[in-house]
Amino acid sequence: MKDLIKAFSHNKAALGGLLFLVVIAIAAVAAPLIYPHSPWQMVGAPFQPPLSGPHLFGTDMLGRDIAAGILYGARVSFLIGIVSTAVALSIGITVGALAGYLGGLVDDALMRVTEFFQTIPSLIFAIVIVAIMSPSILSIVIAIAIVSWPPVARLVRAEFMSLRHREFVEASRVLGVPGWRIMAFDILPNAMAPVIVTASLMVATAILMESGLSFLGLGDPNLISWGYQIGAARTMIRTAWWMSFFPGVAIIITVLCLNLVGEGLNDALNPRIVRRRKA
Amino acid sequence: MDRLNFIAGRLVKGALIVLAIAIMNFFIVRLAPGDPVSVLAGQSGAMDQDYMDELRQRFGLDQPLIVQLWIYLQNLFQGDLGTSYRQGRAVLSVILERLPATLLLTISAAIISVILGVVAGSLAARRRGTWWDTLISSLALLFYATPLFWIGLMAILLFSLVLGWFPAFGMVSPEKEYTGIMHILDVLHHLVLPMTVLGLFYMAVYARLTRASMLEVSEMDFVRTARAKGLPEGYITRRHILRNALLPVITFAGIQAGHLIGGTVLVETVFGWPGVGRLAFDSLLQRDYSVLLGIFLITSIMVVIANIITDVVYTFVDPRIEVKQ
Amino acid sequence: MSARLETATAAPATGAGEAASQALLSVHGLSIALPPGSDRPFAVEQSTYTIERGSITCIVGESGSGKSMTANAIMGLLPQPYVRVAEGTIHFDGKNLVGLPEQQLRSIRGAEISMIFQEPMSALNPLMTVGQQVAEVLRKRERLPEREERARIARLLESMDLPDPERIQDSYPFRLSGGQRQRVMIAMALALSPRLLIADEPTTALDVTTQKQILSLIREQQRERGMGVMFITHDFGVVAEIADKVVVMEKGRIVEQGAVAEILNHPRHPYTRKLISAVPTLNDHASTTPESDVLLEVRSADKVFRSGGGWFRKAREVHALNQVSLTLRRGEILGLVGESGSGKSTLARSIIGLNPIDSGEIHFLGEQLLGGGRRGHKQRKRLARHIQIVFQDPYASLNPRRKVGAAITLGPLQHGVPVAEANARAKEMLSFVGLDASAFDRYPHEFSGGQRQRIGIARALAMRPEVLIADEAVSALDVSVQKQVLGLLEEIRQRMGVAILFVTHDLRVAATICHRLLVMRHGQIVEEGETSTLFAAPREDYTRALLDAVPGIDWQKPELEENL
Repeated sequence: MKDLIKAFSHNKAALGGLLFLVVIAIAAVAAPLIYPHSPWQMVGAPFQPPLSGPHLFGTDMLGRDIAAGILYGARVSFLIGIVSTAVALSIGITVGALAGYLGGLVDDALMRVTEFFQTIPSLIFAIVIVAIMSPSILSIVIAIAIVSWPPVARLVRAEFMSLRHREFVEASRVLGVPGWRIMAFDILPNAMAPVIVTASLMVATAILMESGLSFLGLGDPNLISWGYQIGAARTMIRTAWWMSFFPGVAIIITVLCLNLVGEGLNDALNPRIVRRRKA
Repeated sequence: MDRLNFIAGRLVKGALIVLAIAIMNFFIVRLAPGDPVSVLAGQSGAMDQDYMDELRQRFGLDQPLIVQLWIYLQNLFQGDLGTSYRQGRAVLSVILERLPATLLLTISAAIISVILGVVAGSLAARRRGTWWDTLISSLALLFYATPLFWIGLMAILLFSLVLGWFPAFGMVSPEKEYTGIMHILDVLHHLVLPMTVLGLFYMAVYARLTRASMLEVSEMDFVRTARAKGLPEGYITRRHILRNALLPVITFAGIQAGHLIGGTVLVETVFGWPGVGRLAFDSLLQRDYSVLLGIFLITSIMVVIANIITDVVYTFVDPRIEVKQ
Repeated sequence: MSARLETATAAPATGAGEAASQALLSVHGLSIALPPGSDRPFAVEQSTYTIERGSITCIVGESGSGKSMTANAIMGLLPQPYVRVAEGTIHFDGKNLVGLPEQQLRSIRGAEISMIFQEPMSALNPLMTVGQQVAEVLRKRERLPEREERARIARLLESMDLPDPERIQDSYPFRLSGGQRQRVMIAMALALSPRLLIADEPTTALDVTTQKQILSLIREQQRERGMGVMFITHDFGVVAEIADKVVVMEKGRIVEQGAVAEILNHPRHPYTRKLISAVPTLNDHASTTPESDVLLEVRSADKVFRSGGGWFRKAREVHALNQVSLTLRRGEILGLVGESGSGKSTLARSIIGLNPIDSGEIHFLGEQLLGGGRRGHKQRKRLARHIQIVFQDPYASLNPRRKVGAAITLGPLQHGVPVAEANARAKEMLSFVGLDASAFDRYPHEFSGGQRQRIGIARALAMRPEVLIADEAVSALDVSVQKQVLGLLEEIRQRMGVAILFVTHDLRVAATICHRLLVMRHGQIVEEGETSTLFAAPREDYTRALLDAVPGIDWQKPELEENL
């Protein structure tokens, strides 16, 4: 763990990304302190360009503060990104672990299911789920989780399959350790490194997907989100570019930082030492 | 012989996946809250009693679930994906007339993203650590983090509204009735922005993948053998490293097909491209769910086909299919 | 063979000074710097030696001695900029290779100096045919018309004793065996008739019988072409088999060099003496089988592995065990020897319950083992106390995230031994295998390969087993460490009365420790007998071939009283 932190902190880009994320997260949590009014509330004249008054990023067609919307939108993005990743991870790890450890018919069956879910076009499937369940935080989380667990399952399965035949795992079997303990204590901890990396990238993808859904009007109608802001501004690109520009920048920065952190973790967890042969 | 077996196996698998998607399609509607008929007829649409009765009749909704499924599959098999309540036409024909536009967009975007992505990625890997690498890797990282619809809007703002280089909307210029070669040029003119926007994200994906894959392959033993043979570095990169590095890229291209088609919903919505993606958005607005479900099924079939094609391409690149199996 | 050793003794008489001036390759004062943070500053330090035309020079050393690094430096293939030549010269044919522009080095590589590697399985490009890969080398010099080129490649492959060169030329590497791939590698290396061939452990990954063939191929080609060969190996048996001259390296330094007979029969440097005295040979026999009761009995075991079956294809079947029977007595060390794929590990794993047999019976103290199923699992858990295993790879056999103490107590705790007693037992076992009690609270990565293997043994012993299975347990270790671990196993047998089923591919190792041997091939037991009898008078051709292939079989190791 100490080595991990050390290796990670050597990566300036990753460290910067993490720092930025922390700042965004704090701002999201503190949104009601910075903008005590609701982001839906009209606070000024409509179509105010940025920096032209008290509104940093301008106002929209109903005179709502864009910057307030971005801050409150961050809450939705983080919430959905993290929760749907957590759900997808638990499905993916369970399926992958069972398939990889048990092998045989269980593996065959689970992998067919995984392949199936990986084949269907994820965004369209998510649209169908949210549309039919009607848009809400819950339906969005379910939709994103359902389309994003297959890569985790495949990754965990591959790790479990290679670790299952590793000698220390066989040693535990020979010592009479029960299967679930082997999975939990011998295999899982050694398979976690790539899963952690994937998790950080999944949060990024989930945020992108959530923004896509709410851009299409499938966001939770009670909560403002970045995708919704851009979607609402779509037809007004000619008159008020700032309405879609700033929320988009917020998405890019957040997703970029998550990717940087993911790459940093990857480098720290699998040090790519030039594999010099033993002389 | 091995290859034929392999392809036959893939076709059977593809057919099974399509069947499974159809079954899932069936259950999604039934699992939705409320009467499936009201879902299909459009939740907020006018509840035309006659129409709903007709639907009930046709799907056998008073029968047990398994019979309903059987009827549903039988209808599907005959190309009956239901009727669009809004348009009063068969869902299949509504989708099919939009399909060519989407195919044009996705296939051209796929081609430019694979080609440019692989070129950029291999350039970055070849010149690892130089400013080329830094530039390509940073751009790839940036585009990888950018939402398609946002970059589409920004492209419209810059290239259509400010610079006026490309049309912002649609597939043809409605006011001019072009024919022949002019029509084709007109379509291509309209295609540039949506294709580039859809392609950029995947270009970033392929560039990152190619770079990583090449760096990994270049540490393999057979590359060392090639160096020990005294072959020129450029030749080693082309013949030994790149070909092997492309294997995961090909596999990934198959997996990406689904994402690419999903991306068309966003891009076609932004650019008003008259394809299946735009149709999905419109039916979403109109709550025309039978069309939406039809699109889901048809696009899934397209992905299955794309996967089979990449698998077949793979067998031509990698002689080891029989062992891989 | 011994005749060659005698004549070779006379070789240095040509005069050292003259040899140096005529030497094909002359390495002088070479140091290779490692990147900062490595375990030592130099991979190779101040090494000086020559390689003559028309002779084979072996560079010998244990892992980490820097022997491969030297070869890479000669080829200009060091992983720059991390590793670089810090000082010294490498003269090839009078030209200093150090600092030569890449362009010129490239024209020398593969044409004047060629190299072959250890892992034939990964050294060929999987996506190119054998012919294409050989052609690349030929085209460095000249572009022949296709038909002529094919004919030349075919002749070349044929001279490497590859069957059906026309077909092999169009084959992809995955269709060839390891030995065949190594022959293809040699064909590529020799395509342009280089004057120096560098062979980096070229037979280490191969079975003994294949190793013998490859060694004689290298020897034969070297004679025919009058090449100089730099042959890197860790195995003194191979040295005895092939070398004219020997250079011994320890931790980057050359400790001794000279003619092969001189080094092998009269080593002077303590390190060389230590290494040679640790080399196992067929002459070190263990005593005869002790008379005692039967602990374990296998009757007519069968096991078939199926793979690759699909909708349209029949699965491939491998008969891994075919009517195998054996008995193991208390206090006995039974050797299970054979080449890769002979089924020896499958048998060991079946006994321990890691893969159940398809048919046949395994009895432990009269109780039949059930293999799979719920009852089988219960029984397996109960019997885990009695049968334990030590694995091959010391780096893979310990969970990197579990402290040594936890690893050793895991089994006993699982079987209801109280914590205090389990801990006490673990410490006792640690000291028994020669490790400090402080190891208890440390992680595996803090230990060397040999120490980890001891931890693995302690883990098995903590269960107080009656049968210990050692699956290639010393194969991954350097000879000196190997000898210590073998000694430990013998001590365990004597002090604890444990029976050991010793699985190995190395007949020399088997000879030093096993009372009795079972020779396996293609899933069957070919021959069985007391070690000394079996070696003195093998009944089966296969056993004879295996014994004959043991490298250095004709070398009479000198008696050295070294304490290890």
